[in-house]
Amino acid sequence: MYWDSKMETMDREELGRLQHRLLKTLVYRLYSFSPFYHRRMEEAKVHPDDLKTLADVTKLPFMFKRDLRDNYPDKLFTATKEELVRYHVSSGTTGKPTVVGYTENDLEEWTVSLARALTSCGLGAKDVIQVSYGYGLFTGGLGLHYGAERIGATVIPTSVGGTERQIELMQDLGATAICCTPSYLLHMGEVAEKMGVSIKKDTKMRVGILGAEPWTAEMRNRIQDWLGISAYDIYGTSELSGPLFTECTEQNGIHVWGDFAYTEVVDPKTGEEVADGEKGELVMTILKKEALPIVRFRIGDITSMTREVCACGRTHPRIMRITGRVDDMLIIRGINVFPSMIEHTLMGIPEVGQHFQIVVDRKHELDTLLVRVEVKPEAFSDKITDLMNLKAGIEKRLESALTVHADVELAEPGSLPRFEGKAKRVTDRRKL
Amino acid sequence: MEHEKYFIKQISVFSENKPGRLAAIAKAMEEEGVNIFAFSIAEADGFGVVRALVNHPDKAYRKLTSLGFVVSFTDVIGVRMRDQPGGLYEVARVLGEANINIEYSYAYSGKEAAVLILRVDNIRSAIEKILAHGGSLMEAAFFS
Repeated sequence: MYWDSKMETMDREELGRLQHRLLKTLVYRLYSFSPFYHRRMEEAKVHPDDLKTLADVTKLPFMFKRDLRDNYPDKLFTATKEELVRYHVSSGTTGKPTVVGYTENDLEEWTVSLARALTSCGLGAKDVIQVSYGYGLFTGGLGLHYGAERIGATVIPTSVGGTERQIELMQDLGATAICCTPSYLLHMGEVAEKMGVSIKKDTKMRVGILGAEPWTAEMRNRIQDWLGISAYDIYGTSELSGPLFTECTEQNGIHVWGDFAYTEVVDPKTGEEVADGEKGELVMTILKKEALPIVRFRIGDITSMTREVCACGRTHPRIMRITGRVDDMLIIRGINVFPSMIEHTLMGIPEVGQHFQIVVDRKHELDTLLVRVEVKPEAFSDKITDLMNLKAGIEKRLESALTVHADVELAEPGSLPRFEGKAKRVTDRRKL
Repeated sequence: MEHEKYFIKQISVFSENKPGRLAAIAKAMEEEGVNIFAFSIAEADGFGVVRALVNHPDKAYRKLTSLGFVVSFTDVIGVRMRDQPGGLYEVARVLGEANINIEYSYAYSGKEAAVLILRVDNIRSAIEKILAHGGSLMEAAFFS
């Protein structure tokens, strides 16, 4: 099922020509109307006429998160107050908040991108979609709300929180899909079980659109098995407009609409493009954005991309699961450790629950890494030696995955913090 | 031979090793009117296992589980000992000679006798050997 089959299955060369045309239009407009971008281009000694081919995109200077922060709240905007119709403000998890503005066309593009995405997840007019992302300044709630309405689905705008009520509504209104963070869905599953409700057996839930935080393939398997749904990864950040792109039912990478965004993956250190399939930092240019131009924006998310045509027939490039952020990489005794590697390892250990906590500290001038995990009730043994073996086994698996030792602490189920929005699993006490 | 009547249902509770956890378990027992005959705490790195013999193990299990504790049942045996020098040796010797391993143990000295609670690797064989040597075992019925 396609929302726009002509566009979604467009010939790659034709798509490239379209991207080149859109890129030139964008850059000419910014060179003429954005003092910031004009200056940036002059500094980089590049002129819009230099964009002879699509590959010339690499001549353009990068934009960084700090550019948005330095120009708080709206100094980068290229739309007038009359043209602006909405603001969103980023959660500021990595610093000062940033403000994103939208024109009517920006909102339309955003909605269309999600309409295509939701359709690719097998959703349509018969579906009842519970939007459990926060509504308000955060882009998740409203973005998916309009995308879901566009495909004709019925929206339950529950927003985040009030978990018991969410589960009641899910049952009573026959929700077939839910949009939220994977950690919130796990929390919801647990709360439901406490209420005597099995999401798998007692609801019509069949699809989860999950994202806004990195998660792993193992977590997907657990969610699918436990809750009886198909779970799809969704990607987007407020700077790009909000959540925009998802996997299709093939579950093999996130389709990034080429007529919407030009995607690059670069080496975070050198800024040079890496080969398809290799990991690097995601860089995006939003080709038709009007209010807040985003050109070669260094998002900070680590992924890889493929230009191969997907088994679903869509020709647009795909990015793989986000495996971390350039800036949440932990350096433990000189070794780079991504929290996603820890999650990946833990999710492969059946005795361990879904929730975990990472504590980094420094003792006697040496970095220490502590991973707290919940023991699953069925893995509990009355014998201390069994539990010590379990702990040692987890430590061994973490050490072989991370190449640095991690102490493991076994915690009681339900004792580690749960998150309704983005999970904050890492505490780095070294900074205090 | 009816071994089962000597199988005493012990409850074991997983607990993080931090202040207040034992109090939480004990409070739950009080609220359910569950009496604890004997108990022990085994501690490891950051966590522990609380083991107890109680008069209503099922009630204790339900209450603790509802509070989010991880609880399991383990079959143990209770051997009456002479409450004088050599009492423990008699029991331990019988098991040692029969090559039965004691995984863990704790004891209480009550009105009736001194009792050694044992978790062994071969419960049936342990029961047979102790009875064959004239030892006396507590019946599970005593605790309910």
